[in-house]
Amino acid sequence: MTLITDFVARVEAFAAANGQSLSTVSRKILNDGKGIARLKEGGQCTLKTLEEALVKLDALEMELSGESKLRMTHLDRLEAESIHIMREVAAQCENPVMLYSVGKDSSVMLHLAEKAFYPSKPPFPLMHVDTMWKFKEMIEFRDRRAKEVGMDLIVHINPEGKADKVGPFTHGSAVHTDIMKTQGLKQALDKYKFDAAFGGARRDEEKSRAKERIFSFRSENHRWDAKNQRPELWNIYNTRVHKGESMRVFPISNWTELDIWQYIYKENIQIPSLYLSKKRPVVEKDGVLILVDDDRMPIGPDEKIEEKMVRFRTLGCYPLTGAVESEADTLPDVIQEMLLTTSSERQGRVIDSDAGASMEQKKEEGYF
Amino acid sequence: MAHLDDLISTDILGYLSAQENKSFLRFITCGSVDDGKSTLIGRLLYDSKLIYEDQLASIERDSKKSGTQGDKIDLALLVDGLAAEREQGITIDVAYRFFSTDKRKFIVADTPGHVQYTRNMATGASTADVAVLLIDARYGVQEQTRRHAYIVSLLGVKHVVVAINKMDLNGFDQAVFNDIEVDFRNFAKDLGFEEIMCIPMSALDGDNVTTSSENTKWFKGPSLLEYLESVDVDSATLDSPFRLPVQWVNRPNLDFRGFSGTIASGTVEVGDEIIVTPSGKRSTVKEIVTFNGNRDIAREDMAVTLTLNDEIDISRGDIICKIDAPAEQADQFQAHVLWMSEKELYPGRQYLLKTTNKTVPASVSNLKHRVDINDFSEVAAKTLGLNEIGVTTLSLSAPIGFDAYKDNRATGNFILIDRQSNETVGVGMLDYALRRASNVHWQDLDVGKTARSEQKNQKPALLWFTGLSGSGKSTIANLVDKRLLDLGRHSYTLDGDNVRHGLNRDLGFTKEDRVENIRRIGEVARLMVDAGLITMASFISPYRAERQMARDLLEEGEFIEIFVDTPLEVAEKRDVKGLYARARAGEIKNFTGIDSEYQAPENPQIRINTVDMSADEAAEIIVKYLEDNGFLAGYDS
Repeated sequence: MTLITDFVARVEAFAAANGQSLSTVSRKILNDGKGIARLKEGGQCTLKTLEEALVKLDALEMELSGESKLRMTHLDRLEAESIHIMREVAAQCENPVMLYSVGKDSSVMLHLAEKAFYPSKPPFPLMHVDTMWKFKEMIEFRDRRAKEVGMDLIVHINPEGKADKVGPFTHGSAVHTDIMKTQGLKQALDKYKFDAAFGGARRDEEKSRAKERIFSFRSENHRWDAKNQRPELWNIYNTRVHKGESMRVFPISNWTELDIWQYIYKENIQIPSLYLSKKRPVVEKDGVLILVDDDRMPIGPDEKIEEKMVRFRTLGCYPLTGAVESEADTLPDVIQEMLLTTSSERQGRVIDSDAGASMEQKKEEGYF
Repeated sequence: MAHLDDLISTDILGYLSAQENKSFLRFITCGSVDDGKSTLIGRLLYDSKLIYEDQLASIERDSKKSGTQGDKIDLALLVDGLAAEREQGITIDVAYRFFSTDKRKFIVADTPGHVQYTRNMATGASTADVAVLLIDARYGVQEQTRRHAYIVSLLGVKHVVVAINKMDLNGFDQAVFNDIEVDFRNFAKDLGFEEIMCIPMSALDGDNVTTSSENTKWFKGPSLLEYLESVDVDSATLDSPFRLPVQWVNRPNLDFRGFSGTIASGTVEVGDEIIVTPSGKRSTVKEIVTFNGNRDIAREDMAVTLTLNDEIDISRGDIICKIDAPAEQADQFQAHVLWMSEKELYPGRQYLLKTTNKTVPASVSNLKHRVDINDFSEVAAKTLGLNEIGVTTLSLSAPIGFDAYKDNRATGNFILIDRQSNETVGVGMLDYALRRASNVHWQDLDVGKTARSEQKNQKPALLWFTGLSGSGKSTIANLVDKRLLDLGRHSYTLDGDNVRHGLNRDLGFTKEDRVENIRRIGEVARLMVDAGLITMASFISPYRAERQMARDLLEEGEFIEIFVDTPLEVAEKRDVKGLYARARAGEIKNFTGIDSEYQAPENPQIRINTVDMSADEAAEIIVKYLEDNGFLAGYDS
């Protein structure tokens, strides 16, 4: 008798602490919504039933305690989904590569790859399409991280663009981005015949990305056909391509900017210090603060180099990436500023601020 | 992003640790065109203060240009992404949206309402825990509503919110709401939903979206967001049997052999006894390995790596289970299939079936019926077209471990892939294994193919002659047959004359019948090859997919495709049986080359040009090929 009374008391305490009705808990424990009520009114059950119920109650109590090993937060779930996607590529694609852009999203992606295959190293190389105008620190950071993780690093620079000395100051941002980034990427993918390339794009970044699949099919010409995408159900991914065709795979599609920052903070992931504020030499051009990263930067007669506390919200080619003035020199401060700020992340990038459909067009043409 | 939380400015570390404990919910919104789905999602984002100022400025600008709401902000513009649909004013694909509150992070699949994009709705529903079905209060339950409710239930969504929208247009009339609720519950009662929550709403003005509305004092239920924040979808599944579909075998070095995958259901602890499906091998769990250190226990949805105490052979596609409740295994199923391609499903044609992690050739052996999703009735059908749902029997070339979809979404689902185009053409849910499958055990005969073919002093093969009618297939095949007999070999020829009149006399010349014709011939040929014979099949066999199907029935290298390449003009001029003349006269329908297509082989092993060579020369080439490739080797070479 006391066994049952003790049991009922524990169930009631659990229900109260958990804010659930007794019948809900009863259903979970006894598979019968009225079971506890019956026991409470003097009903009986076999010892076996009681033992099984106690096991379930233990599990429920553990879950409630908050320290349970079985709890999964939204970050845990995002992480698990990304790992699943990466393993699928490793198991199904013949020649995958991870596009590494050195930004915070790439840092998260690289960290997830380490987790996905541990204790093995990620079974694919990293590739960076260098435009020759990236921040110096990005290049140092890239080389160091690749070495630390122990992955092969492929660096591709569009040789024609290099020969023609293509740059944003001489050719304008659109031509520079197209030749050094878009064409450079296509060249590299063709050269190494990769059939799958991981990218760090997220669906919350931009409207047309919200509709792109996680496994995004590209024709032989690297084109994306928005209206003819493969259906993507459950976590089954169709990875099959013909020779010459390929997949762009976005393992962090379902992460938001806040998720990325929280995860970097929680997991202590290395990111370039450009994301944190410090005194840096900048010049104001067309209302945007541009870092003087090397002596290729033309300084006009009306322009002057100033030392300002600045940081960067995205990383790319330094002449095309505006700095923001900020005192945030630690990660929590950056996150705090991000949360309190009122303009969205990609606004700093020159490439997105054309008409609404521009990103979609660029993607159809092969931009990542 | 104005998260309205004082902690952000006062205690960012406290805020971060609070946010870490958020739970997670995926839901789908669906409804007919103009029911206001995009507006509703826009409203959720807007009211949760998750729109940046620059985004807001941009949609204010766009609202004036292309909006449908006069001077009000058109919130739908926030979510309608692609240029084409902006112009048409409708959503044409699944879009994923993200927002979070203090309690939960949400992923919303916004899915289109019009008929031809049903496949996208199924896509959104496949990962959703909750479905929000929109109904326009002015029109009530529509054909689309039934369709969507059915698809949502078919894909195993258990919680449904019926958002009865545009209530502002009838002055928030409770009677209208009640009528629609009764109507909906009535038709949905057999769909197996655990919970149906009806909410009166105006997405445009925000009534009952994030907070309860003053306009519906008669409504005692929660607002949509309150419901979504509190619905419990995670409870029962941890009690389900443990399943780890192995995704990737982790072998960094000879000392470590781990099995990586995402746990599909249940929990596992170090020391648990496990059994592997389909091999049936057993061991116990040694470690649960993760980058952050080994765990004692792991649960559903975690991506882990297991090591075992015994060296047993496990590969991708196997399912690790606990011994108390192992997964079933079978190669014949009843399944619901939702067709997603413009190219129709043909029973008998081979597709690739992919489950979470295993890919096997499979065919729909029988299409039992199509489901009419307006009244859920069963309709006889020979094929399934785009967006149609059917109940089928599936035949796989190898057994897989599985659970019924209703018991386990993760181990009961599959997609069908077209072998030629690699497109995902269909998706499905396994209902149960056919009794036939569990009873048929292949007899492990001592006398095998090798023994039988050695006895005949040859290696068996299937010579598949394909080409237009009148190209000379059977003539050449008969000559090859004679020569092989002369050489003391054992062969047999299957052709239209000896197959169409007997085995396949119930089949006509429609596309479906042609597929079935070739399937049967392929099966017969396989038995003959198994008997050790050099088998010849001489059939027009116009479709690549069917020839591929026959090839797949055999072992690597046994299928030899011979393209009897005679141009249509030549064959028509010969017209040995007078069939072309009759086809031209319209007396014969579906005649290959005239009004039915012939898909020439792309890489045949042998190509015979009958314009340049005689039938004897052709037969010589084929026999030479058999000699050169060791089919006639026998004892003395």
